[in-house]
Amino acid sequence: MKTLRNLGVSVVAATAMFGATSVMAEDCETITLGAAISLTGKYATNGVHAKNGYEYAFQKIKENGGVKIAGKCYNFSTIYYDDESKGDRGATLAERLINQDKVQYMLGPYSSGLTKAIAPVTEQYKIPMVEAEGASRSLFNKGYKYLFAVLSTSEQYLASAVTLAAEMAEKEGKDAKSVKVAIAVENDPFSLDIRAGVKEDAEKYGMKVILDEKLPRDLSDMSAILTKVKLLKPDVLVVSGHSKGAATAVRQIGEQRINVPMIAVTHCEAADVVGNFGKSANDILCSTQWAETLSYEDELFGTAAEYEQGFKEAFPEYTDKTVPYQVAQASAAVYVFKDAFERAGSLDKEKVRDAIAATDLTTFYGQIRFSENGNNIAKPMVLRQIQDGKYNVVAPSDFASHKLNWPRKPQ
Amino acid sequence: MDQIIGNIGLLFEFPVVNLKILLDGIMIGALFALAAYGLALVWGVMNVKNLAQGDFVIAGGYVAWTLDQNGIHPFLGIPVAFIVMWIIGWITYKLVIKRVIERDLFTSLLATFGLAIMFAQILNLMFGSDTQSIQLDMPTLYFADGFIDVPMSKLVGVVTALCLAFGVILFMKRSRMGQAIRATAQDARAARVLGIDTDKVYAFTFSLNSAICGAAGAIIVMAWVIQPFYGITYSIRAFVIVTAAGLGNLPGVIAAGLGIGALEQYGSHIFGIGYQQAIAVLLLLLVLFIRLLQQRRKRQVLQ
Repeated sequence: MKTLRNLGVSVVAATAMFGATSVMAEDCETITLGAAISLTGKYATNGVHAKNGYEYAFQKIKENGGVKIAGKCYNFSTIYYDDESKGDRGATLAERLINQDKVQYMLGPYSSGLTKAIAPVTEQYKIPMVEAEGASRSLFNKGYKYLFAVLSTSEQYLASAVTLAAEMAEKEGKDAKSVKVAIAVENDPFSLDIRAGVKEDAEKYGMKVILDEKLPRDLSDMSAILTKVKLLKPDVLVVSGHSKGAATAVRQIGEQRINVPMIAVTHCEAADVVGNFGKSANDILCSTQWAETLSYEDELFGTAAEYEQGFKEAFPEYTDKTVPYQVAQASAAVYVFKDAFERAGSLDKEKVRDAIAATDLTTFYGQIRFSENGNNIAKPMVLRQIQDGKYNVVAPSDFASHKLNWPRKPQ
Repeated sequence: MDQIIGNIGLLFEFPVVNLKILLDGIMIGALFALAAYGLALVWGVMNVKNLAQGDFVIAGGYVAWTLDQNGIHPFLGIPVAFIVMWIIGWITYKLVIKRVIERDLFTSLLATFGLAIMFAQILNLMFGSDTQSIQLDMPTLYFADGFIDVPMSKLVGVVTALCLAFGVILFMKRSRMGQAIRATAQDARAARVLGIDTDKVYAFTFSLNSAICGAAGAIIVMAWVIQPFYGITYSIRAFVIVTAAGLGNLPGVIAAGLGIGALEQYGSHIFGIGYQQAIAVLLLLLVLFIRLLQQRRKRQVLQ
């Protein structure tokens, strides 16, 4: 209860902060969105990131005169509930949002697991949901009609590392087939997708997967795996286990002086591996949905760099950090709603749903265009390498700002 | 299956790996043993099975982490965590534990289970759900062609853990309070008759347990990582170790702690790291089964 109240206070404070600049949009009516999001429990950090991303987009839209639907203007407001990072709770809260609060449109929760729990509910009540934090591809093979995701699906997260490894092997004059791959991923839907994506691509090149391990949920020690890595000498090591996986892996890779030419990890930013482990993190590849150095741009948020700057001004607690992509994609989801409402020219949820499905939007976050299944097929995944403590984009080559350091040396 | 055979093969192909696994196991096992010793103390003296054991460990870790964030050297975090957790343990005793000592098994289990959930959530609200650790500017020692690595932070941690354990043993053997604790554990009523203030002894024991856990946590945050919800892993290990070693058997607790650490590392090498915890639980089952066979002639009534 207390969290909810605090939350209310912070929302009010945030609105007050921006109230001054938004006289124009003051007389607008309100469109109420609903969101069950993890404010406590194991996903709390990223849940709060997502919520801040939503809030920033609302403020931005308000400042720019609101959402214009058939000549009238509207602002977004959101009812948030805390799903405690639990799936069953998320589903219950979605029911409550729809049945008691009469919410007609939903924003997504954090994590694939929670989205998986909520999607059947929104589908049943035919409530359009645009989500930004559930990347598991299993969300998009169920034929859901009301679920849309702005982010790239999870099997693409580290698959590009395999391609990169193949490129490097060929450059060295070796056959891509000779590349040996080691995989260590957590046993959850998201990471298992990553594993599937990596395995698929490795098979395509005829590479051998010599190590394939599943990390436990409460991982705090992976020296057993790294010892095996030392013995088997793979050419690529892929690790995915949310923030804790990244933290544990980077720390112990440093301690055990793991000598693998290419190491790719997810959630580097969320675990702040550079800040926490410094040199150990050097030359590690991190996958990301978005980076502020990319050259995307739109009318509402400006360029990716401007988005980051504006967001940091609105949320000073991020000043010393890189803005995580979880924030950016949450804002992009709200942008999709705004765009769809304006094109639909109506508050009818069926019309809005059709407008969302027809989205073809260029945003600071990247291109957004949905497949029939609701996933975004227009935006590629980005690989960044930590070079001297900085995240530099090294793949895909079209957007790369820096050259890949290869092979990685033990730090 | 192929992978399991391959993994066993690696053990023979590279014998030095065995040493590495053993060392890793002993280092983490020493900390399991510390938490388990606290549990054995509380269990033996007060007959309270503290399910919040692991959460005390994590709380101690966060105390040291907070100090480190404020520029205080993490080594100082160990005694500070000891003291802070002592106080928290004492408050917990006065508020909750005191009321469940005389009750049956399930009341104390339920109460401490509630405590565990509360502790985890409070830590989560205070520090967020990110994993945290303290990075010490200390070198890592390498042996056998760099195959075996012993980070100084782990070494220091283990040595501190051993010193702490030794200190507690001495205290229990030599000091007045230690004698009173042992007397109370033997027979609380007789101890009361002889003028020992058992309530004070209970409060002291529980605070001591909490403080030991806190110090263990402060060591863990230097060498491994902590997260508000990691408490359960330490609770489970502590229970397995105490069940295996028996109450009031300190050398047994230490041996079982080191043993379970090593066995888990072997298990995760052979079957995959996903089965690490499964091995701990499997061991518990095995121990319970053996105990059952041993004690099948002893009849007891469940109160």
